[in-house]
Amino acid sequence: MAMNTDKNSYTVIFAIVMVLVVGSLLAFTAATLKPNIAENRRMERQQNILYAMGVNGNEGDGDITFVSTDKVAGDFSKYITKQLVIEDGVVKEDKEAYLIDVKKEQAKAKNGGTRRLPLFVGVKDGKTFYIAPIRGKGLWDAIWGYVALDENMVVQGTFFDHAGETPGLGANIKQRYFMDDFYGEKLLTDAGAFKGITVAKGNNDPKNLIKDDYEVDALAGATITGDGVSAMIKKDLKLYQPYFENLKKLASN
Amino acid sequence: MGLLSKKDAKLITDPLADNNPITIQVLGICSALAITAELKASLVMGIAVMFVLGIGNVVISLMRNIIPSKIRIIVQLIVVAALVIIVDQVLKAFAYELSKTLSVFVGLIITNCIIMGRFEAFALANKPWRSFLDGIGNALGYALILLIVGFFRELLGSGTLFGIPVLGDPIEKTGVYSLGYENNGFMLMPPMALIIVGLIIWVQRSRNKALIED
Repeated sequence: MAMNTDKNSYTVIFAIVMVLVVGSLLAFTAATLKPNIAENRRMERQQNILYAMGVNGNEGDGDITFVSTDKVAGDFSKYITKQLVIEDGVVKEDKEAYLIDVKKEQAKAKNGGTRRLPLFVGVKDGKTFYIAPIRGKGLWDAIWGYVALDENMVVQGTFFDHAGETPGLGANIKQRYFMDDFYGEKLLTDAGAFKGITVAKGNNDPKNLIKDDYEVDALAGATITGDGVSAMIKKDLKLYQPYFENLKKLASN
Repeated sequence: MGLLSKKDAKLITDPLADNNPITIQVLGICSALAITAELKASLVMGIAVMFVLGIGNVVISLMRNIIPSKIRIIVQLIVVAALVIIVDQVLKAFAYELSKTLSVFVGLIITNCIIMGRFEAFALANKPWRSFLDGIGNALGYALILLIVGFFRELLGSGTLFGIPVLGDPIEKTGVYSLGYENNGFMLMPPMALIIVGLIIWVQRSRNKALIED
């Protein structure tokens, strides 16, 4: 080929053209696919919330199946009776509470603002679930989840997810054997103080039969991810404690 | 003669053994250590790299006469990064579940030295079809080692294969666990992958003396 590809001018022109072509290609892909992606994310949130309160298509051990995407909108309005937003102790209903970005709210609180706390009240088979979103840090990236509680802040179900934990190690927080361990664990001491749940190494309870030790069995090789799970449970769920105390007061009156 | 000529077939078979990207060229070690704690992750990573390396090699090969040599590494990096991001976006829009599984691997694919290595060593000097075969061959060689390492780590570390228990239940003490066998938690740690890769290299070189360097 006669073209001299070593000239500086050619190199510069090539670089500019390449940047323009690749840049517009990426921008085009992102712009055209954005509505689809946003819709998928929205449905994922509803699926996650429903999963935490036990509305899912799980079959057998270890299987994690969400409510299918064509049914999720219907099931969400059927099972989730109230969507609440707690701001400065004031509880309000908000039909779009599930769209609240926990990450942004955490940032707001850090900068001195007040954090809005979404809480979803669901009813299944006559039992009431209070589902709260939590978010924290894993080893590589963000981890988050939804925890379903009963009125005494005893865990009734969880769903955890992560952005980039190591496959086979930290990524296992979204495996059934880890998430199911939390079922029945208490967040409050008998005196009513908030204690939280620790993901503990060597708690000598691999089947997690002891439900009042405030501990679940850790994952081998995923210490930091496990610590992240403990931290986000302790930090974020503690914020909901006043709501549950209030709930009790109303019930006893 | 079959579908491929002898020379072309060699492009696929060579990287499987005597010119394996991991055990001979010692490339792509980082991801081989990071994600081989279970077989499923190894398989997904192998397929993803095959896809990116196959297409990336063709793209680079098509551009080989117009890429200025001064910035060729940058161009290669942009090609692979753009490719991976576009695939990721399309999956997010149309196969969300699959994209959730793969998202962890995106960063690991872009920085996989095998991909840049094949672009640089092969695709820049060869025609698209041969580059494509070279890409597939090297990705197969990579996937093969990943699967071998993943097999041993998952079997000895968790007692499962593809998540299915094969040695019995470690908590109920059934199967081999009733004999006092225990899972080796150390197998789940990245250093064990390094040791297994080392063992594979040892076995391979003791069988084929021609591979031993001075």
